[in-house]
Amino acid sequence: MGAEPMQSDLGLYDYLPWPGRPRITWPGGKKLAVWIAPNIEFYEYDPPNNPTRTPWGRPNPDVLQYSHRDYGNRAGWQRMMAAMDRAGFRGSVSLNVALCDHHPEIIRACADRGWEFFSHGIYNTRYVYNMTVDQEREIIRDAFDTVRKHTGQELAGWLSPALSNNLWTMDILAEAGIQYTCDMFHDDQPMPVKVKSGKLISMPYSLEMNDVIVYNSQKVTPRHYGEIIRRQFDQLYKESDESGMVMCIPLHPYLVGQPHRIDAFAEAIDYIAGHDGVWQATGREIAEAYHASGAYDAMTAAAARHAQGDR
Amino acid sequence: MSLPENYLDYPARRYGMDHDRYDWSDMFARKPIAWPNGARIALSIVTHVQHFPLDMPAKPFKAPGALSMPYPDFRYFTNRDYGNRIGVFRILRLLTEKGLRTSFAVNGCIATRYPALLDAVVAEGHEVVAHSLDMGKVHHSGLSADDENGIIAETLRLLRGATGQPVEGWLSPGRAQGFNTPDLLARNGIRWNLDWANDDLPYRMQTAEGTLLAMPLAYETDDRVVANEYFQSEPEWVQQVKDRFDVLYRESAEYGGRVMSLPLHSWVSGMPYRVEYLREVLGYILDHDGVWTASVGQIAAAADSQV
Repeated sequence: MGAEPMQSDLGLYDYLPWPGRPRITWPGGKKLAVWIAPNIEFYEYDPPNNPTRTPWGRPNPDVLQYSHRDYGNRAGWQRMMAAMDRAGFRGSVSLNVALCDHHPEIIRACADRGWEFFSHGIYNTRYVYNMTVDQEREIIRDAFDTVRKHTGQELAGWLSPALSNNLWTMDILAEAGIQYTCDMFHDDQPMPVKVKSGKLISMPYSLEMNDVIVYNSQKVTPRHYGEIIRRQFDQLYKESDESGMVMCIPLHPYLVGQPHRIDAFAEAIDYIAGHDGVWQATGREIAEAYHASGAYDAMTAAAARHAQGDR
Repeated sequence: MSLPENYLDYPARRYGMDHDRYDWSDMFARKPIAWPNGARIALSIVTHVQHFPLDMPAKPFKAPGALSMPYPDFRYFTNRDYGNRIGVFRILRLLTEKGLRTSFAVNGCIATRYPALLDAVVAEGHEVVAHSLDMGKVHHSGLSADDENGIIAETLRLLRGATGQPVEGWLSPGRAQGFNTPDLLARNGIRWNLDWANDDLPYRMQTAEGTLLAMPLAYETDDRVVANEYFQSEPEWVQQVKDRFDVLYRESAEYGGRVMSLPLHSWVSGMPYRVEYLREVLGYILDHDGVWTASVGQIAAAADSQV
């Protein structure tokens, strides 16, 4: 493939400042939609290399990092699930779909609880960098088929594996029928994404509430993570008096499910669940409500007006 | 750049793990483990005793804690060596005060460089765990099986000879292994290893030379990781270790025995300003009923017939 010139802007959404937006309302008169997105992942022992990103820091097998992630699938997931059960949260699983083959027991436990599955690629050690459009369409097809076969669910959401993307990724997700993407962090409200066909929503996910960023990048202590979650919640909950917002807590059971971390997280989500105005939702439910309430069309129109100078 | 067509092939996409070293298992669905005398927690304290050669190679990667300044790195060579001259003895003194017999993961070269250190560890009743030859010898798949076997055999020759102990436990520098490492460990009479960070309980691994136990060793509450990778304070380390213990202790009431592992480094927790935090941690844990402090080898022996 010849080198394409780099773009200076993603070009996937129009600027729409917070003040003056159409009001978002959530079902049941709830103020703030809170969804929890556990990344249930499988990292390969001996993955192939991708020229843009080498899966492991050490030569294969990187036993320490591989086994650290495997902790989530042996032990951490149960602690995380117990904490969510107690607080009444269903998960929206960001799923490396090969996990359906490797650990169907985990899939069954999630499905039995009515959790949603969205796609996080095939493995977290396979990136879409350097794929052709057809190769990327193939992993989308694989994800739809695998999740349907193992859970009966039709995929609605997508988080690219390890957040790897190509400039065309959003177009082919929408073309395949994906309703929401979690790969963009530009807003606290769902926003329309400009794609060639279909309707795609950018669903507020989060870098800074995400335990992998908190623990592996920011090196935050578990109790401070609990504090971060509460403060984020308190602010969004207050602001949602004006118009409904979305708070997401992305998780990784190999991190949050460690014994020294689980209680601080469990206490934080108990705190959130104790507020009447919280809508404990899944990603799919938020996307559906966004369309049903007319917010998608209203935001699209508002962004178009803003772009035309009607400010 | 483009990817080969087989980038979308997944040869190990199947039930269970994508390798044959061990089976998947749900830690909360296993038959409960019983520790001696009905203990709820096996407390496994593993102090690292390490030598970082001045000329340690950078390729293919350096073990954590490696010298990082331009050669000759006086700064970290001597700082790490502080652990062997002072720090380890400060930790030993505290363990003796508490009446604890634990495990020390020792680089094989310590047997010849600092025999007095090894003698003191053995004299206080601690178990010696093989920690390869030195921190410059990382295990990886670029090593030939013969070369890697040579490192393992020499380490065990030195440590077995100097201690009179059978030395059946292994911890790799940086917990790094190559594809062959478990086979070679088993070939050399190793019965358990501490490299894998995927469980809070012992489990069985398969090798070409018989089975090997994987023994738990906490990764993210390791004193070095908390201090030198996360840059968190000593009180924050204490809090996380206590929180870790509390959850494992609570679970033991419902799910059976758990292992609380406490990895220490002589050049980290052996510092004057840190050792009292270690005392606080030990005091907190030992204040609970049903805590069995043992060497990793004793814990492995107790688990062997149950996993």
